[in-house]
Amino acid sequence: MDWINLAFSIGGATIRMSAPLIFAALGGLFSERSGIINIALEGKMLAGAFAAAAVTTLTQNPILGLIAGGFAGMLMAIVYGIFVINFKANQIVVGTAITILASGTVPFVSQILFQNTGSTPEIPIGNRFIYTPIIIAWLLVISIWCLFKFSPYGMWHKFAGEHPDALQTSGIDVIRTRWSGVLVSGFLAGLGGATLSICLSSSYTRNMTAGRGYMALAALIVGGWKPITAALACLAFGFFDALGITLQGIQIPKPEFSIQFLNQIWSFFVSAQFIQIIPYILTITIVAGFVGKSRPPKALGQPYLRNR
Amino acid sequence: MKNIITSIFLLSITLNTQSVSAAINPKICMILDKAGKDDRSFNQAAYEGFQTALKTLPISKESKVIDAKEDTQLKQAIRSFTKSNCAVIFSIGINNADAIKALIPKYPEQKFVVIDSVINENNVRSIIYREDQGAFLIGAIAAMKSKTNEIGFIGGMDIPLIRRFETAYIAGAKYINPKIKVFSGYVGISIEAWNNPTKAQELALSQYAQGADIIFHAAGGSGLGVFNAAEKKDNLKYKKYAIGCDSNQNWIKPGIVLTSMTKGVTETVIDTIQSVIDDKFSTGKNSYGLSNGGVDWALDKYNKNLFTNKDLEKIKKIKSDIIAEKIQVPDYYKEAKN
Repeated sequence: MDWINLAFSIGGATIRMSAPLIFAALGGLFSERSGIINIALEGKMLAGAFAAAAVTTLTQNPILGLIAGGFAGMLMAIVYGIFVINFKANQIVVGTAITILASGTVPFVSQILFQNTGSTPEIPIGNRFIYTPIIIAWLLVISIWCLFKFSPYGMWHKFAGEHPDALQTSGIDVIRTRWSGVLVSGFLAGLGGATLSICLSSSYTRNMTAGRGYMALAALIVGGWKPITAALACLAFGFFDALGITLQGIQIPKPEFSIQFLNQIWSFFVSAQFIQIIPYILTITIVAGFVGKSRPPKALGQPYLRNR
Repeated sequence: MKNIITSIFLLSITLNTQSVSAAINPKICMILDKAGKDDRSFNQAAYEGFQTALKTLPISKESKVIDAKEDTQLKQAIRSFTKSNCAVIFSIGINNADAIKALIPKYPEQKFVVIDSVINENNVRSIIYREDQGAFLIGAIAAMKSKTNEIGFIGGMDIPLIRRFETAYIAGAKYINPKIKVFSGYVGISIEAWNNPTKAQELALSQYAQGADIIFHAAGGSGLGVFNAAEKKDNLKYKKYAIGCDSNQNWIKPGIVLTSMTKGVTETVIDTIQSVIDDKFSTGKNSYGLSNGGVDWALDKYNKNLFTNKDLEKIKKIKSDIIAEKIQVPDYYKEAKN
């Protein structure tokens, strides 16, 4: 395999693997900028993945499936919003609960619809997306960047997360702004799940998100809660994943050092296991403040009490 | 006097019914692992065996199956099962193996059947499969059908059981064609690796791009991604195939799944339940290989026309040679010990 092919292979894999992360990270961005921690991304993605596969199977239409995936994520977000915005519950606790709720509810609904808790029926290749969701993801990155940069709507979200009192004083309802952030967040995370099931795979399978919701959250933090940098962080995660995959396939030249110790070091650093942990090492390094500052919105995680 | 006779009579009846009901209707309990009963693989096969037994064999209608998603659940399940007179408790799958190993010594009176790992206790029947024999045969088939002389292997989680598949698969391929190139990759190093079809698909795409035209997966739920990759790359120069694992997966994508390496989990579960009913249940290590249907390759209406008669004869020959031990199949477990 020559180097050009290798580059194409890694590049293609990077773009595909990062698409669901980008959706979820953008989702996380909306709710976190408006002050609501979104640890429930994983659950929303799972719900989205299932709903998209189920609706595509039932209607034979992947576009409806994609939209259904978004709305399933939104449904999860409604439950989340009621607890954390209206009832002012602890956001981490409820977020974790939502993920557990999704991983239990989905097999249950699956059993009712398809008499199978583990997976939905196969979607034929003609009814799946090849790259549409990936393009949508990048268009969303740019439009959301514009939204936060230029529109008052984006400004309200930022203030709901930075200084909710100021926003309330200027006549914009913080609760309503946060609700819109959480709902959009659920929709986007659902789209991310849908990408997994009807674009990158051919059905929903049990727990297929495999921790991507948390990785998206990490990418968001690495990206400093900004759409473009967060998307780039997702791309970096996708790249290291792709690199790990490709390096497993090819024989890496093994230099013979005269010292046995150096040989051991070399085989340690080029082992597939080591490459697989690079994204996580990178996250920890960056979050620990190695590269610039990554500052969360000031009022993140604080419930807003209107009449203090 | 009359009273005594009646009471003896009644007592004998009750004793009788008790012993009869115990002999006729043993209660079977089964614990599946994290992947759940619909994993299209190992757990599903065991669950089907259980369901068949429930319908056709005289076992108690109170027999139960549960999924243990984590070790604490497993602990609870075993505790409640041991209290509720289970004749045997089945534990399915490698994911629960370590936890169950720690728990079994606490219940010396209870009989266990552990599938897919060996536990040396007096009350345990360990059932293991000769994956090495099956994977060797699959490797030989893949090498026979490969046009590019490059094939691939994708494992789920990187554990010795899957390394055992890989070692034998490579040996089988080299047996047919010593110059063949085998790519191998693993989905991951954590338990998520069994449920990550997207990543398995990328691995498979990468192997296909490098020239492999047949990929064998031993990756549980992730294996679906390998099938998807074969389907996606199908229009390129060579026809691409994938090979399924654990249960017969030929039906999932007919014409793309070349064959599957099956494990006779369903049959072994039924056999074991039958032995409990016949009161012939024995403990110790039982191994199932090519000779007794423990492992095999799947040939059915979905993949019949992918093989010529010559192929079939050749495969039959290799299979009988493995059974007769004319071919030495390398075993990762033994190699790892040395």
